Amino acid sequence: MTKTLNNKAWFLVLPVFLIVAFSAVLPLMTVVNYSVQDTFGNNQFFWNGVGWFQELLDPTTDLGGRFFDSLWRTLLFSAIILLIEVPLGILVALSMPREGWTVALSLVLMALPLLIPWNVVGTIWQVFARGDIGLLGWLVNHLGIDYNYTGDPLDAWITIVVMDVWHWTSLVALLCYAGLKSIPDAYYQAARIDGASRWAVFRTIQLPKMRRVLLIAVLLRFMDSFMIYTEPFVLTGGGPGNATTFLSIDLVKLALGQFDLGKAAAMSLVYNLIILAICWVFYTIMTNVDAKNERAEA
Amino acid sequence: MARITLDHLAHAYKPDPQTPQDYALKEINHVWSQGGAYALLGPSGCGKTTLLNIISGLVRPTRGRILFDDRDVTDLATEARNIAQVFQFPVVYDTMTVRENLAFPLKNRRVPKDRATKRVEEIAHLLDLTPVLSRKASNLTADMKQKISLGRGLVRPDVAAILFDEPLTVIDPHLKWQLRSTLKEIHRALDITMIYVTHDQTEALTFADKVVVMHDGAVVQTGTPEELFVRPAHTFVGHFIGSPGMNILPCRVEGAAAYLGKERVALQRGYLNLPKSERIELGIRPEFVRLQPRGAGLPVWIRRIDDIGRARIARVDLDGRTIAASVPENLSVSGDEASLHLDPRHIHIYADGHLVAGEPLEGRAA
Repeated sequence: MTKTLNNKAWFLVLPVFLIVAFSAVLPLMTVVNYSVQDTFGNNQFFWNGVGWFQELLDPTTDLGGRFFDSLWRTLLFSAIILLIEVPLGILVALSMPREGWTVALSLVLMALPLLIPWNVVGTIWQVFARGDIGLLGWLVNHLGIDYNYTGDPLDAWITIVVMDVWHWTSLVALLCYAGLKSIPDAYYQAARIDGASRWAVFRTIQLPKMRRVLLIAVLLRFMDSFMIYTEPFVLTGGGPGNATTFLSIDLVKLALGQFDLGKAAAMSLVYNLIILAICWVFYTIMTNVDAKNERAEA
Repeated sequence: MARITLDHLAHAYKPDPQTPQDYALKEINHVWSQGGAYALLGPSGCGKTTLLNIISGLVRPTRGRILFDDRDVTDLATEARNIAQVFQFPVVYDTMTVRENLAFPLKNRRVPKDRATKRVEEIAHLLDLTPVLSRKASNLTADMKQKISLGRGLVRPDVAAILFDEPLTVIDPHLKWQLRSTLKEIHRALDITMIYVTHDQTEALTFADKVVVMHDGAVVQTGTPEELFVRPAHTFVGHFIGSPGMNILPCRVEGAAAYLGKERVALQRGYLNLPKSERIELGIRPEFVRLQPRGAGLPVWIRRIDDIGRARIARVDLDGRTIAASVPENLSVSGDEASLHLDPRHIHIYADGHLVAGEPLEGRAA
């Protein structure tokens, strides 16, 4: 077979190229542009080189200090979210019905939290958790537990974590459910014939078959939680103090609150690179597990 | 190891079965004797798999009982039944090696390690899996995976029976023969009851000592391959087994003679009490219908002649009825006129699909 060469085919790539250029490359370059300049206002900029980056990555400076504080907060938040939502999502998926009219019902119920706009979620929980008029806050306080998410950093964290679990666990559950549904009945039947225990069925059939969707679930939940902004902004506004000021909230404070465009641009670039790097690590680990399996067979 | 008895067994997938049509499996009484090699033969959707799943306990029957020897196991779960089953499509545990896969049923039943290892090696040897024992099971070919599934079925030495649900569907044709003879050898060596479900008559007839033919949720005949061939108890069996299948011709029977249209065919037995209202048919296998030059016998028109390798089969026309007949080797056919000779010993009469025995004729030559 001979390859047909036709350079007109490049025109077919043009629309994508343009869209990517205007939606991603140009805005990114603007940010890069800001990150290497400083200004004293009046729209006058002058060259600052890698100054902002040096300051940002040095924890002893003001900028670096607050950057690393929010970074650790965000990483801790993502870790907690993954540790709760992934196992919980798997458990929920395992206990969802497989057939009958309850399937549709449970799917709709599971999808409901995902349909709520993020700032509405924040508002719902802001009211729900209030000590005076919120059902949850009032109840907890009347049970004799001192709870006040606007004053106590731990309470604020718990509230945000519970809110995120409430909002997003169903995404993990739905993905896992799809993975479980794709397992043919014969596997379960064979496992019964082989006398496998419930735990063995989970370990040897369900978990391996869910591995791919779990990879997607972990990636999605990590990225979303690492970039979380709207809900904690509405709920706590980053407080009390800076207790729930995650990277994204800090970035907005820096860029729009203080209008430090250079610092904010440098921070957002580093933020972006961290996300890319962590995703790449996740992805490599997961695909390596696959590859290792295949190599073991060869 | 046990004798398996199906006692008035029936199953419907609908919750409240009323008419016989609601039953996927109509009432069955059957005994699978210990150590037999059985085939369960029938077209897709005739209830074979349902029956198999009832024996293994994956499906609970709507009515009736299952006995292993004299123990009623109807309500026992699959795990408690001591039965092995191999499914149509390969099931392997992806994360385990082939060795772990084969050992899995033993491990779950807490068989001591040294005995399990020995057993796994034996089975791997029988199925030619020894070279891949240490490999992961996930990326092997479908053939190999199905061999692993077979191996997991065979690995427990103490099972009451091994059930095979069309296990060779995904296997390459040349391997099918080999695996089938392997199964046969294993059956001889282990003295375990094996029930083999298939819709392929060759598979059934070569594997089994006894073939159970199912049609439309009911067992229509149980017998050796020879019995099924020579004396089909139902027109379905005659048609389904044999290639080409039996000629089934609507006819009228009067005493010891059948009339195909206006042509008279002499019978060896008398049929005096045939029910009037039912469909009467004459059945004869193409092997016992001989084509000969126009003369004595039924006058027919030849439509075409197929060479099917070991024989030639003529499709002929008798008053609008199509009949398959065998063409003797030395007969050269010219023109399209011929006659048929029907071997009277192999003519069967069916009423509403079922074989009618007829009465022996006394003192009269047929």
